[in-house]
Amino acid sequence: MNSAIRLGSIVKIYKRGNQKIEVLHGLSLEIGKGEFVSIMGPSGSGKTTLLNLIAGLDTPTSGELVVADKRIDQLSRAERSAWRARNIGFVFQFYHLLPVLTAGRNVEVPLLLTRLTAAQRRARVAAALQLVGLADRSEHKPCELSGGQQQRVSIARALVADPSIFVCDEPTGDLDRETAEGILQLLQMLNRDQGKTIIMVTHDPLAANHATRQVYLDKGLLVVSAARAA
Amino acid sequence: MKYLLLVWAGLWRKKARTILTMVSIVVAFLLFGLLQGINQGMNTVFQRLNVDRLYVQSRISMSDGLPIAYLEKIRSVPGVRAVTHWSFFGGFYQNTQNTLPVFAIDASTQFAVYPKIKIPDAQVSAMQRTRAGAVVGAEIALKYGWKIGDRIPLRTSIWNKKDGSDTYPVDVVGIMDISAYNAGSFPAFYINYDYLDEARAFGNGSVLYYIVSIEDPRRGQEIAAKIDALFANSSDETTTQTEQVFAQSQIKQVGDINLIANSIVGAALFTLLFLTGNTMRQSVRERIPELAVLKTLGFSDNKVLMLILLEAVLLCVVAAVIGLALARIAFSFMGSLFGALSPPALVIEMGLGIAILLAAASGLPPAWRTTRINIVDALARR
Repeated sequence: MNSAIRLGSIVKIYKRGNQKIEVLHGLSLEIGKGEFVSIMGPSGSGKTTLLNLIAGLDTPTSGELVVADKRIDQLSRAERSAWRARNIGFVFQFYHLLPVLTAGRNVEVPLLLTRLTAAQRRARVAAALQLVGLADRSEHKPCELSGGQQQRVSIARALVADPSIFVCDEPTGDLDRETAEGILQLLQMLNRDQGKTIIMVTHDPLAANHATRQVYLDKGLLVVSAARAA
Repeated sequence: MKYLLLVWAGLWRKKARTILTMVSIVVAFLLFGLLQGINQGMNTVFQRLNVDRLYVQSRISMSDGLPIAYLEKIRSVPGVRAVTHWSFFGGFYQNTQNTLPVFAIDASTQFAVYPKIKIPDAQVSAMQRTRAGAVVGAEIALKYGWKIGDRIPLRTSIWNKKDGSDTYPVDVVGIMDISAYNAGSFPAFYINYDYLDEARAFGNGSVLYYIVSIEDPRRGQEIAAKIDALFANSSDETTTQTEQVFAQSQIKQVGDINLIANSIVGAALFTLLFLTGNTMRQSVRERIPELAVLKTLGFSDNKVLMLILLEAVLLCVVAAVIGLALARIAFSFMGSLFGALSPPALVIEMGLGIAILLAAASGLPPAWRTTRINIVDALARR
C-alpha cells in the first residue's frame, strides 16, 4: 500500500497530576493515500487522541508516526506548525470559525501562511466557497450562517490550502441528519474527485458508512479494521 | 500587512471595551502632550532669552530688594555696558480686580538695556522730563482706552504714601510695543522710580533688582561673580544670574513645572499600564480557543505572539496619535495664552515611543502566555 499515514506501536500516556493515563497501548495502523477512513469506538477509546496524533497536534509517548512521508513524532513544535499548514486540513465538530471574520476571511486564514498575493488568495477563497456551495455567503459572519453552512465554510477553510490529508473530528456531530448527509457527501466528493485522504472520527454508524474503511478502537487498541462493502 | 486583518479583527472583538480603553489612552496622551508641550515650550522660551543680560537681586530673597546706591558700583564693573533697575509697584486701577504689571524704572537706562521695546525717542524724553509720567504697553492702553495725555489715578497695594494715600496719579506720556519681550510676564507699565521713591512711606532708597547689560555674553559668569564679590559680606549681599536662569527661578517660585508635569504624566501612564494590561489580558483569555484554532491551522507560537503584540501596539499607538493630535489642536487654541508654545517634534516622538513601550509592557505578558497554549486542551475548552 502507498501509505499516507503509518503508525507503528504508538503509545500515548497523559499525565494528570501524579496519575499517568495510558490512552493508546502500542497501536499500529496504516492508511493509504486517497483512503476515506472512519474511526469509531466508545467514549474514552482513544479516537480523538489518535486523530490529534495523526494531525500533529500532539506527540506520541513512544512509537513511530509517519504522516505525509514525514516522521512527525520527531519534529519540533514549530516544525509541526509549519508541517500542519502544508499537509493537514481540519474539520471540527463545532466548526471553530473565527466569529469576528466573515466566511470569506475565515477561509482565507490558512492562506495567510503562504506566499500567495492578495489577489491569488481571493481567487482561491472564491473557488473553495464555490466548491462547498457557499459562493454567495462570503461576506456573512459565522453567526449569520446555519450550522450546516458553518461546517461547509469550515470545509472550505480546510481545503483552500490544498492539503493532502483531511482530519475530521465528528464533523456531523452537531448537525441534523439531512444537513449531515450533505456534509458527508461533500467529504466523499473531496475524497473521490480530488483524491484527498480523509480520516474521520465519528460516533454515528451512518456517517461511518460513507468511509471506504472503518476502524474500531476500544480501550486504546485497534479491534477491527474493515473495508466497506461496495 | 496581510496579518493586519487578523490583528484589526481581534482588536474590535469587544467594541465597547476597546473604545473605552482607547478613550483612556487618548486622554492620557492628550495630557502628556499638553503638559510636556508646555514644559518643552517653556524651555524653548528660556533658551531664547537673552544671555547678555544679568539680573542682580538680594541673596536672601528677591522681595528683600537692594540699595539704589549699588547702581554706580555695578556700572563700574568692567564689561558692563548699561545698568537699569526695576521696583515692583503692586499696581491696580480703580479696584484690586484690575491689577496692572506696573514697575518703577529709570527711564534714562531702561530702553538701553531693553532695546527691542518699540517707543518713539520723543516719548522716552517726555518720560524722563515728566516726574509723574507713565509709559504703557499698547495692549493695556487698548484694554482701558488710555491715550497719551490721560491722567490715571494709579493705586498700589504695597507702597502707601507718606500722607497715607495709596493713589499715585500718573500722566500717560508714551505707548510702547513690548511684543519682542512677550515671554509671559514682561512688565508693561512703567512709572518713574524717583516719583515712587520720594512719595512712599517706607522702603526708600531701595530697588527690587538690577538688570545689567554686558558687552560679551561669554563673560556672563565672570561678570556675575565680580558683581557678587563687590557686595560680599555687606548687609545686602547679591545673587547675579543670567536672564535665562533668572526666569527659570521665577517660574520655580510658583512650582517646579517640570516636576509637576512629569509627576502627573507619570501617574497617568502608570495607571494606563494597568488598564491596558488588563484589557489585553482579558481579550487574550477570552480568545484562547480561537488562538488554538490559529495554531491548529499552522500559525506558530511566535506568529500568534506577534499578532497579540501588534494588537497592543495598534491599540496604544492609534490612541496615542489621536491624543497627541488633540494636544496639538489644543495648543493652537491656547496660542494667545502661551505665545508661540506648541508641543515640539520631540514631545510627539517621545509620546509615540512611550505608546510603543506601553504596548509592549501591556501586551507581552498575555502574548507570552499564548505560547504555552496546549492546542488539544484549548480546543476541548479544558
